[in-house]
Amino acid sequence: MKFSFSEEQTEFRNMLRRFLSDRSPTTEVRRVMETGSGYDPEVWRMMAEELGVTAIHISEAFGGAGFGISELAIAAEEAGRALLPSPFFGSTVMAATAIAEAGTDAQKQALLPGIANGGTIAALAAAEPGIGWNADAFAAAARPDNGSWRLTGRKSYVLDGMAASLVVAAARLPDGKLGLFSLPAESGGLARRPLQSMDPTRRLAQMDFDGAAAELLGGPEAGDPAWARTLDIAAVCLAGEMVGGAERLREDALEYVSMRMQFGRSIASFQVTKHKAADMLLEVELAKAAAYYAAAAADGVDEEVDQPLAALAALAKAAASDTYMQTAIHAVQMHGGIGFTHDNDTQLWFKRAKASEAFLGSAADHRERMLQHWNA
Amino acid sequence: MTDYREDEIRAGVRAWLTENWDPDRGLVEWRNMLIESGWGVPHWPKEWHGRGLPVGMAPVVEEEFDKLGAVGVARMGIRTLAAATILEHGTDLHKQRFLRGILTGEETWCQLFSEPGSGSDLAGAVTRADFQGGRWIINGQKVWNTGAHHADFGLLLARTDWDAVKHRGLSYFLLDMRQPGVEVHQLRQMNGHASFNQVFFTDAVVEPEYRIGGIGEGWKVATTTLMHERRGADGVRRYATGSDRPGRIHEEERAEVATVMAPYVWYPQRTGRADLLIERAKAAGRWDDPAVRQEIAKALTLARTAEWTARRAREAQQTGRPQGPEGSIGKLAASIVARACARAHTMIAGPDAMLTGEDDGTDGVVAEILVSTPAISIAGGTDEIQRNIISERILSMPKEVRHDTDRPFRDVPRNQVG
Repeated sequence: MKFSFSEEQTEFRNMLRRFLSDRSPTTEVRRVMETGSGYDPEVWRMMAEELGVTAIHISEAFGGAGFGISELAIAAEEAGRALLPSPFFGSTVMAATAIAEAGTDAQKQALLPGIANGGTIAALAAAEPGIGWNADAFAAAARPDNGSWRLTGRKSYVLDGMAASLVVAAARLPDGKLGLFSLPAESGGLARRPLQSMDPTRRLAQMDFDGAAAELLGGPEAGDPAWARTLDIAAVCLAGEMVGGAERLREDALEYVSMRMQFGRSIASFQVTKHKAADMLLEVELAKAAAYYAAAAADGVDEEVDQPLAALAALAKAAASDTYMQTAIHAVQMHGGIGFTHDNDTQLWFKRAKASEAFLGSAADHRERMLQHWNA
Repeated sequence: MTDYREDEIRAGVRAWLTENWDPDRGLVEWRNMLIESGWGVPHWPKEWHGRGLPVGMAPVVEEEFDKLGAVGVARMGIRTLAAATILEHGTDLHKQRFLRGILTGEETWCQLFSEPGSGSDLAGAVTRADFQGGRWIINGQKVWNTGAHHADFGLLLARTDWDAVKHRGLSYFLLDMRQPGVEVHQLRQMNGHASFNQVFFTDAVVEPEYRIGGIGEGWKVATTTLMHERRGADGVRRYATGSDRPGRIHEEERAEVATVMAPYVWYPQRTGRADLLIERAKAAGRWDDPAVRQEIAKALTLARTAEWTARRAREAQQTGRPQGPEGSIGKLAASIVARACARAHTMIAGPDAMLTGEDDGTDGVVAEILVSTPAISIAGGTDEIQRNIISERILSMPKEVRHDTDRPFRDVPRNQVG
């Protein structure tokens, strides 16, 4: 349903929340974000093997659990709430979706089971420096070479690109269409370097392709629609992740003002604080409604949906971007000076909010995309 | 518990309608027949014009009416609040005297709660009711009274005890509006409409038997009225039109609808009219302006997310959670939506936003949006009150400090009116 979750979905959410509060409290987030890989392999193994988080939306035919985007977005929301540093978004959400949307059955059979069981970490190399995720402007090119393909160009902002052993890359075919390709991360002609990310819980890489050999996923017609749907699903899941983070920030700020005393009274008793808290609740609730609605639309659960997924995904991403950032700004303000310190956890979510605001395109980009697809 | 079979109820109402429905009857004649049969308000008690069916069955009966296009009892406007209040707190005399006239539509009602000195703070009413010579003598002033200029009766909240604490000093009266001591003036709004009235009382009279609830229990009775007002806000305020079918009864109903709905003609505009944004942008040649498109997308996003949030709250209620203060979130969202829409409409209109009426290119609709949206964040509880409700009841933050609940009302600091 678009407006409420099933008992199974709620149970899945509760299980994840328990696991993450147990295994990835902020003390762990702070420890892991200082490590070289940027994630905890043991937590990743448990998420894959015990919780099946890496398999959620992958078809059962290819080693997955066969659930929908709603369940995938629930996992993203809980990961965002806990600020879990892990390759979940880059590998499970982005790369697996691109393979599932573009690949032939044989390619899916070859690539997806490893991602589904967590043994393979994959990354989607699509965005380009300064351009971002606007595929019309992608410059990286693919040329045919003895029945295979060779890729040339620079990709950037590749989420979990250093952790990945498998890369899915987007490049322009000779006829101008977009192709999605797969290749091992350790390939000749592919050089990777980590980017200095402002959000240390979310690792980005740059990838330089210089004639790297790659396999085209699906046929030459598969890339454009597969990219469009992959971007929509990623936007929906990112919206979920952001509303999860925003809600956590809102709750923590409320808890803080409820404890803090000034002028002989709780600062939560000041009307200016109460009204700010009310506005924060309103904004987060509105953004959550958009994220949930868009996820349900991605699953095609209801013919009553009157807008295409592209419009709803863009709407949800734009709403979540603005809300997450605004909530983070309010949360720092409600903490006062302590909120600006490194030791206070608010800054961790603030940075994620800022990075998420730009990731997959700004709120303004998504509002434009929303209207382009809007069914008036 | 009686087992109410839906199909039996459907068959019952259908049989009765097949035998009796005739669009050439008079409206009042027909409604009197509905009252005798109990099918007009099937969820009301048997002894008071109903059939004692569960509330959940009322929409079922209504569906059968709709299938035939049959007219129902009168239920627009403040009358529904009067009926609910009288049914819950009224004496047999009140029920005998008023319920039939409410249902036939022959008698109309208004609500006399708000005052110039107490808007958000309704229980601060200072209109006085003094018991003199065996009757209640009313003096004071009310405001924001929809439909008072043609109402026959009013639901009046007045102070009967100045030494009691605020909420305990009020009593509730069913007041005859057609008397020399009651004067009604229409109140013109900034959008040019006059949907509300001011009502002045100068030694107006209420006979003792028309007090409803005990002396000093007026606030409790008013709570019933207010609860039904909130619950039925859509029903009371939705802009309705009569059926366009032929027949005497439909003509009479259209005239009734036109009168009752007159105060609400601008209500669609106060929401901001998100539905008009794209067609207006195209018509005005602004659809390709990236700045305008951003504002349109923001307004549409807010409108949609507000709608989905309301649906989420409703579904949560249906799955068993009690009706909570979530309504305040929706109310607050509506204000933000309306402002975002007004901003987008202004950008779309460009310099035409300075014009109104025939000159603004939209027959004044856009101008009406721009000067009507400020109402949405005030009417039915201001944004500030909603934020208090959200922070105190949903977020459990400390309540506001009050200076009006710990002393006799006469010692409470209050507005100087008049």
